[in-house]
Amino acid sequence: MSQRLRDTFARARETGRTLFIGYVTAGYPRREETVPILLAMQEGGADVIELGVPFSDPMADGATIQHANQVALEQGVSLGDCFDFIREARKQGLTAPVILMGYYNPILARGEARACAEAAAAGADGWIVVDLPPEEAGGFLAACRAHDLSFVPLVAPTTRDDRIPRIAACADAFLYCVSVTGTTGKGNVALDALPAFIQRVRARTDLPLAVGFGITTRQQAEAVRALADAAVVGSAIISAIDAAAEGRRTQSVREFVEDVSGR
Amino acid sequence: MTVETTSPLPPRFGDFGGRYIPETLVAAHEDLEAAYLEARSDPAFQQELDYLLRHYVGRPTPLYLAERLTREVGGARIWLKREDLAHTGAHKINNALGQALLARRLGKTRIIAETGAGQHGVATATVCAMLGLECVIYMGSEDIKRQSLNAFRMKMLGATLVPVETGSKTLKDAINEAMRDWVTNVRTTHYIIGSAIGPHPFPTIVRDFQSVIGREARAQVLEQAGRLPDAAVACVGGGSNAIGLFHPFLDDPVRLIGVEAGGDGVGTGKHSATLVAGRPGVLHGTRTYLLQDANGQILETHSISAGLDYPGVGPEHSWLKTSERAEYVAVDDRQALEGFQALTRTEGIIPALEPSHAIYYAIQLARKLGPGKDILVGLSGRGDKDMHTVAAALGVTL
Repeated sequence: MSQRLRDTFARARETGRTLFIGYVTAGYPRREETVPILLAMQEGGADVIELGVPFSDPMADGATIQHANQVALEQGVSLGDCFDFIREARKQGLTAPVILMGYYNPILARGEARACAEAAAAGADGWIVVDLPPEEAGGFLAACRAHDLSFVPLVAPTTRDDRIPRIAACADAFLYCVSVTGTTGKGNVALDALPAFIQRVRARTDLPLAVGFGITTRQQAEAVRALADAAVVGSAIISAIDAAAEGRRTQSVREFVEDVSGR
Repeated sequence: MTVETTSPLPPRFGDFGGRYIPETLVAAHEDLEAAYLEARSDPAFQQELDYLLRHYVGRPTPLYLAERLTREVGGARIWLKREDLAHTGAHKINNALGQALLARRLGKTRIIAETGAGQHGVATATVCAMLGLECVIYMGSEDIKRQSLNAFRMKMLGATLVPVETGSKTLKDAINEAMRDWVTNVRTTHYIIGSAIGPHPFPTIVRDFQSVIGREARAQVLEQAGRLPDAAVACVGGGSNAIGLFHPFLDDPVRLIGVEAGGDGVGTGKHSATLVAGRPGVLHGTRTYLLQDANGQILETHSISAGLDYPGVGPEHSWLKTSERAEYVAVDDRQALEGFQALTRTEGIIPALEPSHAIYYAIQLARKLGPGKDILVGLSGRGDKDMHTVAAALGVTL
């Protein structure tokens, strides 16, 4: 387990504060902008950062993140590059926990043990692997544990009650609750159905809960923060990058995160 | 700790298969597996399926001895399992029908499917028309161009055809898009995967529904040839017609040979020969052989036949390869055209470009094995849809 991640969530619980988690796809829009964007997210108030590992077939992602993946891959951004980005960002003062988020095949191709060893050495804190449910995660979970990385499983509105404790059993830092039955970035988090879903998860685990998928505005983020330990914003940050003029992207990420995180 | 699987059906074929899916889809896969297990042992379900296979699809399809082709080649006898004569012109209907009946059992009213060459899309749209189910088909825009006739057929059948513009705009991207639809609409929708690929239990379900091909062929060849064939040959994209043909022969002393699309040649990098040239990984929910780069990114593929243009393959084929029960070879675009022309000219049967790969290989094998031997070939579909492609490849303007 990542100590940095656990401390971050523990501090938040002590002070009664909810966390803001920001996502960006590694290498988007250009590989040299990733480290400055990571630092800008931290400056803007992101407590935890998710760094998206590009994949050719992101089947759970909506159009915005699909496009970001494609742009990153056109520049040849690999899992190894993601480690380099984290290492460099840490050198330049990034202290927030960083979770790598992506799909299983790039990890498999590098080798699970090697990927975890390199991730830990670079200063990463954990993984979210969208297409790796607990039933298939045995080997990868062991590799994460061996390198003090957190494995962050997902829970969905369609997840049945009896499955939640089984998912929670392979988590050590927090659970990622998918707020919509759908792909990332649709911008329509189902706020009316969310409380019942979160309650259903809460009743079955003491782990901190983060909520993500479809949160784009400050109002939505605040509504989510009232329910959960953390709110995740991803596609909206990518959109903020897209809306900014070249040369102003970093600044605009910082401003957007400041606004949505409510700092 | 590891969570034990709760699958009542074996989720793996050796090291391959499994269920690598977003959490949102887990419940739907569990429901599907339960419904399938129930249906499999429900005589009423089997009865309805058998009735429709006979009276709607036109089964059993014939086993045909290609005498002129055999004579011309001068070797082993070549037997064709005529899936091209099934309703809609390919084997795809066997699976589409079975899964649509399952969807109805699950209470799902909306059907989605992906399609490459369009045969699975047409089969699904056909069955949905017959059962009165809403139908949405995802098809790469590149494939729509190559297969405009099938695209039009689907629309005529009342399906909504959604062109997919992402990635290579072919089959793999259509699957991604269908998965995204399913993640969003899983409560009302069943996804009829068209090949023996995808997360458990799809490879098992599709194989079971397609095994009617091999069961019939085995009985027919025993009756007509008086013996088992020496080899069974079928083309492999995702591999549904091949696994359907092979499966009932697994315990027999019959060579099983899967023929992949060699495209411009396996050495050129422009091909779809996953088992011949790939290595294991995880795509579309299953662990199987893939065409991928060193970083685990999926490669774009090429084949003259849209139906074989896929960078993965059914996990059971990966297992049959590594366990050495089946052999897998590649036949390139030019050779497939040769097979296409040979069968058309000698037998008056116009095959689809997909099984043309198998026909070419069967001709080579027939020469090698010589007279007195028998080769069973899966003729998975008819070639009407491919006339534009063949004409273009032969330099003819229609």
